[in-house]
Amino acid sequence: MTNQVLLLLAHPTLETSRVNKKLLQAAQGCAGVTVHDLYARYPEQMIDMRAEQALVEQHELVVFQHPLYWYSCPPLLKNWLDTVLSYGWAYGEGENVLTGKPWVHAISTGGSDSVYQRRGYNQFTLAELLRPFEQAARLCQMPYLQPFLTQAADTLSDEYLQQQAETYAVWLSRLVAGELPPVVDSLQAESAQYLAPLAEEG
Amino acid sequence: MAEAHIPSLLLESAIYLGAAVLAVPVFRRIGLGSVLGYLFAGIIIGPWVLGLVADTETVMHFSEFGVVMMLFLIGLEIEPDKLMELKLPIFGMGGLQVLLTGGVVFGLGAGLGLDWRLALVAGMGVAMSSTAIAMQILGEQGALNRPDGRSAFSVLLFQDLAVIPLMILLLVIAPGEQTSQGVHMDWLAILKAVSLVVLLVLSGKYLLRPVLRYIANTGLREIFIAFALLLIIGVSILMTLVGLSMALGAFIAGVMLADSEYRQELELDIEPFKGLLLGLFFISVGMSVNLDIVMQQPWLIVGLALGFVAIKLALLFGLAKIFKLGNAGGLMFAVTLSQVGEFAFVIFGAALDAKVIGFEQSALLNSVVALSMVTTPLLLLGYNMLYRRRLNQRGRDKGHDEFEEARPIIVAGFGRVGQIITRLLTSAGIAPTVIEHDPNQIELMRNFGYRAYYGDITRPDVLRAAGIAQAKILILAIDNAEEALETARYVRQHYPEVKILARARNRTYVFDYMDLGIDSVRETFLDAVNLGELALRETGYTPFQAHRTAWRFRQHDEKMMRDIHPIHTDMQKIVSHSVRSRQDLQNTLRQEMDEAVASFNHNAWEGGSAETKA
Repeated sequence: MTNQVLLLLAHPTLETSRVNKKLLQAAQGCAGVTVHDLYARYPEQMIDMRAEQALVEQHELVVFQHPLYWYSCPPLLKNWLDTVLSYGWAYGEGENVLTGKPWVHAISTGGSDSVYQRRGYNQFTLAELLRPFEQAARLCQMPYLQPFLTQAADTLSDEYLQQQAETYAVWLSRLVAGELPPVVDSLQAESAQYLAPLAEEG
Repeated sequence: MAEAHIPSLLLESAIYLGAAVLAVPVFRRIGLGSVLGYLFAGIIIGPWVLGLVADTETVMHFSEFGVVMMLFLIGLEIEPDKLMELKLPIFGMGGLQVLLTGGVVFGLGAGLGLDWRLALVAGMGVAMSSTAIAMQILGEQGALNRPDGRSAFSVLLFQDLAVIPLMILLLVIAPGEQTSQGVHMDWLAILKAVSLVVLLVLSGKYLLRPVLRYIANTGLREIFIAFALLLIIGVSILMTLVGLSMALGAFIAGVMLADSEYRQELELDIEPFKGLLLGLFFISVGMSVNLDIVMQQPWLIVGLALGFVAIKLALLFGLAKIFKLGNAGGLMFAVTLSQVGEFAFVIFGAALDAKVIGFEQSALLNSVVALSMVTTPLLLLGYNMLYRRRLNQRGRDKGHDEFEEARPIIVAGFGRVGQIITRLLTSAGIAPTVIEHDPNQIELMRNFGYRAYYGDITRPDVLRAAGIAQAKILILAIDNAEEALETARYVRQHYPEVKILARARNRTYVFDYMDLGIDSVRETFLDAVNLGELALRETGYTPFQAHRTAWRFRQHDEKMMRDIHPIHTDMQKIVSHSVRSRQDLQNTLRQEMDEAVASFNHNAWEGGSAETKA
């Protein structure tokens, strides 16, 4: 089976980005992936709810690609969640069109994996920090998949980035092909597996 | 009988124009270039082949004015600051070029046992290059802003300056009397010359601009052209009076007007005159090739011409290397300046008058000079075959080098709209080229430090001069909606690569622009939306709610414009579509409001609905 993948990109300064720009280029070459650059589409940060809902309905899977800003997503993506995940469409009374559509993040973090550890520099693991997204997905009855991580974004080498972009393209095409990463459920495992096996190799 | 009534001026004009019209397009077509075409036409109609025209010399003097106009135009392209940057190439390269070439030719001549005076005169003449040919080539090759082109131009400029001391030197070496008097006279002459140049610079700076504005304000194009011609001719006469080169005077006048708003207009008006006169000049060079003398001593003349060109090529290329030009650039520089120029005719003529050389020698040298001019277009052909392809490839690889020169954005109109666009772009560090046809508006904005060019954007030649061919974006901010649309049509057709941004007077114009595939902004639309937003606030909407509603309206309206574009000629359909569309928007806005209210009146966050449904 093939999935139509909707990739929602949220990066307010893509022009100076290194990692996300490179990953985006890799994604743009993937068949079956619709790249939707939110800051390009909505420079005024006013989101067209109906158009976005229609877009989501046309796809089987939603990827949120963004850098980690203050342990969360950039503001336009939060705005997107607030606007688009409306009552009666995403949750609550009504037909809940999102049921069963997987939700997955592709996140870049400035720090390396080692600083996102319990009692580490950031006190919490990424799994813990991302729990609001996990629960939002659960409320919409969307399977919340293991994210694609690119860490130490500020310091990684060009070679590694190149390799990571290729890995990303493979990861995306697997989503299209229906080979999905495991579902994350923090309730079941206190330390949910957050590093995708592919990324670990690098 | 009828023949006798035709004034000879008309007849000769017909011959010159006819020869040019016949020869030049053919030469252009077969890739030999226009200069060679003119020269060939001149040889054919000249006294030695068809003998259609008798008075060669007068024509040549008259047509030298084409060179003067060309230097005026070159001056217009160079702002005073940039001229200062060229100090080193002018005096370093130019000085070395004249001294070395003159010296080598003089040494060879003297070494071969010629009269030292003849050798010196030949050296002085051969050191000169043809401004007319070289600048024509640099222009056609688009090399004027490249390092090789700038160097070539600097050397030419120095040669113009060098003519004055060379002429004095001629008087000094003239055999016989009046030497001392000549030297005595020179101090006064130099004083006169210097004060005239100062006067020219000052009046160019403070007097010319108001006068030009006054004349532009009359709106009479032919008077503007008349003034431009008068300016050049007047300056030339003044320069001749104090013994300076006319071309130099025109050049200075041009530089003084380079940063004025009338630059482009002047360029456009003078350009055709320059082109025709320059063509005439090349024809007269062709006519002056004395085929009799060439036939008598063909090998000597051809040999001398080729020898001089070879010497110049070698010296120029060496010079280019010393001043760190690359191989391709250096060769281009050398080829451009390799011929012996029109100043040589002047120098040989003066030498003949001063009895420094004899008539036979002067005729021979003149033929050699004319022949050397014929070699340049041929050398250029060879150069192009050698380097064109390679240069093109390199240009493509580092594609960003080129568009640094020409400005990527042209703003047409410097009124209320154009000003704001220009301020915004300038503050972002992207200064556009601005064109405006109202002199008062230009002057007003000049006070604020903004600079616009005077010109009428609806004219194709103005567009071309503004650099439309290299531009990426053309912003149409002029007030006349019909003219803006016409300009857009023209540019869309002739420069499809240029992105056009337009301001549309009303919906009809929006559709017209849509037909052309052009993005336009509807005049007054955003103002109205903003006012509506303020009104919503006054009725109790929160600022953000008012903004959101106004934004929704805008999106809806813009979508509707796209939807009714295919049917916009059918008034009835438009009306029904608009009514339906208005109801849609009302429904949408109400529905959104209801949903917003509903989302706070359900108990989903109390764990109600989702769980029970699942």
